[in-house]
Order: sequence, then structure tokens, then C-alpha cells
Amino acid sequence: MEIVLDNLDLVALAFTYTVLLFLIAGVLSMVFGTLLAAMRVGPVDVLNKATSVYVTLVRNTPLLIVLIFFRIAGPKVGLKFGFVEIEIGEIRITDLFTACVVALTVYTAAFVCEALRSGVNAVPLGQAEAARAIGLPFGGTMRNVVLPQAFRAAVPPLASVQIALLKNTTVCGIFGVSEAFFRMHSFTNSEPGERYGIFISFAVIFVFLVEIVSFFANQLERRWRIA
Amino acid sequence: MRLIKTKAAVAGVGLALSMAACGNAGSSDESSDVQAAEDCDGKFEEGSKMAELADAGEVTVGVKFDQPGLGFKDASSDVPTGFDIEMAKLLVADLCIDPEDTDAVTWEETISDNREPYLQEGRVDMVLATYSITPERQAIVGQTGPYLVTGQRIMVKKESDVQSKEDLQGEEVCSAEGSTSIENVEKEGMVPASAPDYTQCIEDLRNGSVEAMSTDGAILYGYAADNPGEFKVVGPEFSEERIGVGYPKEEPEMCEWINGVIQDAYDDGTWAKAYEATLGKGGAETPEPPELDDCKAA
Repeated sequence: MEIVLDNLDLVALAFTYTVLLFLIAGVLSMVFGTLLAAMRVGPVDVLNKATSVYVTLVRNTPLLIVLIFFRIAGPKVGLKFGFVEIEIGEIRITDLFTACVVALTVYTAAFVCEALRSGVNAVPLGQAEAARAIGLPFGGTMRNVVLPQAFRAAVPPLASVQIALLKNTTVCGIFGVSEAFFRMHSFTNSEPGERYGIFISFAVIFVFLVEIVSFFANQLERRWRIA
Repeated sequence: MRLIKTKAAVAGVGLALSMAACGNAGSSDESSDVQAAEDCDGKFEEGSKMAELADAGEVTVGVKFDQPGLGFKDASSDVPTGFDIEMAKLLVADLCIDPEDTDAVTWEETISDNREPYLQEGRVDMVLATYSITPERQAIVGQTGPYLVTGQRIMVKKESDVQSKEDLQGEEVCSAEGSTSIENVEKEGMVPASAPDYTQCIEDLRNGSVEAMSTDGAILYGYAADNPGEFKVVGPEFSEERIGVGYPKEEPEMCEWINGVIQDAYDDGTWAKAYEATLGKGGAETPEPPELDDCKAA
């Protein structure tokens, strides 16, 4: 425990990285996942099939493999993120960080797509038909009629997906991002006697972070309850 | 008369050594043949851990599987190789157990995280897994040695103009996740960039994701030798790791025994030979054997 309290600045920095990974990959995966979902339910057959292949491929692949692809295989075939070099105080967003964000985004987007698709399926068919009847094109139907309702229905599964993402960020600890898991590991390495205390304190912070995400999800659910 | 006797003794020893050298010439390059001692009856004090192990004829040693030169095991071999392993073999052989016999000796992989728990739970009898001696660790397990003192250095690309760690302040430097090396990187003002292992660090160094990588100097020399013309090791050593043997805290009698075996290896040159066969292959010079710590009276 002591080593955690003595190094609160390092712990804070580590969790800043964790939260940054989560926020950036979270937003990107929501955007990308929504596009995927729209393509998946859309009328264009090619896009339909392509998304279906994407979801099948990525959802059936362990996150670690996706991460290894972007972190290790990617640079070998010229997929580098060297152009990213942002420094804000002690926080450094480098190519290693970016590769992790991309991997998390690619992985989570597949789950967002499927969660949203379940939401789309929950919208009565009549809604889409009515939208078409008043002359809305596919884009308009999705944007103004189907997706807003789909999001409402999909809040609980989407929250689960995002919570999973928050916890998945720990995998980045072994791939060059000094986030919470990395820090915890370095603490247990230098103070093996305080193993349990270190572990519990990091776990408690994680529970706390996940609780925040759940809280916002619950608020959204409550606000959107009246459809 | 006395002079002649001494000369004869010297000649005898010289002959024995040269014969030993001949005997070793045919053995595999990464490990030496260590013969099990014979007749362990009454060698160890009744009720000691050593007597118990020697009687059982079985021992479990915790080693690393992923540190080339120190403790490394590839998928095809039964017995790991490296300097840690050579030291472990000497200890095992002293218990009258054949170190090559995989039925008698279990090489258990202990990653950095489970060295202490495995010793505490009794899953391993001793640990030789690049195990730095620190006061924090000595509080919960027994540690003695060191049988190797290493220092951390920096490796950069050949064309890099980095001279030492001062040129790398605020720059990404790769090291293995969860290792002591990566903590030292951070302590020295460089930005730690973790990787699953050092092979990945080499990749990151190659594709420019990191400026440098850092770990124990002998290991770096090994990698530099494996990739000729690509990398260079620079700067002075900036840390001191005292690699020792871990043993259960409840068995303090092991300390004297371990120190005795290591001291013998210093004296008869097996230590130096083990170094040359493993870490020294990368071009690192064989150092003087480090002085052993005293065992605290149990």
C-alpha cells in the first residue's frame, strides 16, 4: 500500500493514460461502430457483406492478436504512426500510444456495431417505412428516425461494450503505454511484499472508474426512457 | 624436496585441467557438462533442506525461459540454457542429482511476478531467475549471492549519435514490461516504453518507434552480436544489479550451502567457464567473480 501512497503522482499519470486510451478509443469506436451498423443494415449489398465480414473477423479475434497486429506486424508492412507526437505536460501521445488506440478502436467498433444493430432491430419496421413514405432517403431515415431510437434501445449493451473497453486498455501496458497495469506491475516488481495492497488499490480505482461509466449510462437510460 | 613436490603438484593440476578442457571440447556450445556429485549420505546435516532434496533425488528450480544468455528455453529443448542455468546445475549436482535428468530436475518457469509466491508456497526449492538481491525481497524470501553483478547499459542504432543516457532524457527507451530495467530507465529520466520482451524492443528500435533500448549490458552485447552492423552498445553502466539465488525463508541453512557451492565454482574456474559459454559469447569480457554476501546467522 505504502508504495502506492508514496507515488500518487505516478499512479495519477498511469490512470490518466488509461482514461485517455478509453476516451479516445471510446469515441472513435462509437463513431466507427455507428457507421458500420448503418452499413450493415443499409440497402447496399456490398457494404452489407463487407461489414458482416469485418464484424465476424474482428469479433472472433482475441484483442491481444489485434494489438499485436498493429503494434508488431503493422510497422513491418509500413503501417506506422510516427506522425503522432503530442506532448501535454508529462503526457506523451506517441506512435506506440496511437497504435494501441487504433487497435482498441478497431476491436471495439465491431462490438459497438453489433450492439447498435440489436438497437436497430428493436425499432419497429413501420418507423422506417413511414420515414421512406414521407420521402426521406436512406441517410435521412437512419439519421433522423432509426438511429436515435436504436441508440435508446442499445444503451445497456453499449455501456457494457464501453466498460469492457475500459478494462481492455490494460493490455496496452505491455505494448508501450505506461498505463495503470504497467504501473501496478512495476510496483509489484519493486515491492513484492506489498503485492496484495498494490493489487487491491489498483482494482478499487478500476471499480471506481467503471462505476462512473455505469452512472452515465444509467443517466442516459433514465433520460431516454420515454421514447 | 619441497620445491619438487610443489612443481609436481602444479604439473598435475595443469595436466588435469588440460584434460578437462579436452573433455569439454566435444560438448554443446551453450552448456557445460556438470557431473553429479557422488555419495551424498551424511554429506548434509540431518533434517536440513539439502539432505531432504538429496534423499528425494528430486529438485525443482525456478528459472527464466525468456532471457537469452541467462535463462532461456526454446520449444524444442528439455533443459533451458544460460548462465543462471549453469549456476543452478552446479547446485543441483552438489545434491548428487544429475542436472541433465529431467525426471529428477524440474525446471519451472518463474516469471518476475511469481518468484516470491513460488518460493513462499514451496512450488520451487530455489530460484535462479535473474533475481536481483534487494532488501524488499529479502524481507519475504531468502536471497544469497550474488553470483553475478551486472550493469544496465543502452543500445542504439549504429548510425545514432546518442552517446549516453544524458542524450536520451525525455526520449522513449524500450525495455521489458515489469522488469527492473524499465524502472531504472524511468529513474534515470528517460521515458519508459514497455514491450513484452527484448526481441520486441529490437523491432521497435529498428522501426524507429523508440530511440534506444536498455537492459543488462551482457544481454545487449548478445543482441548486438546477433545483428551485426545494426546496433551498438553505448555509455557507461548506470545501475548495479546483484543477481543472486532465492531460497525459502524457512530454510536458512541453504544459504551457507549455496555460498559454498558458488565459492567452489569461483575457485576452480567453472564460474568463468560458465560465463564464457553463455553471456560471454556476445563479446562481453569475463568479469571478476563478485564477492558473496555473508549469510546472516539463522
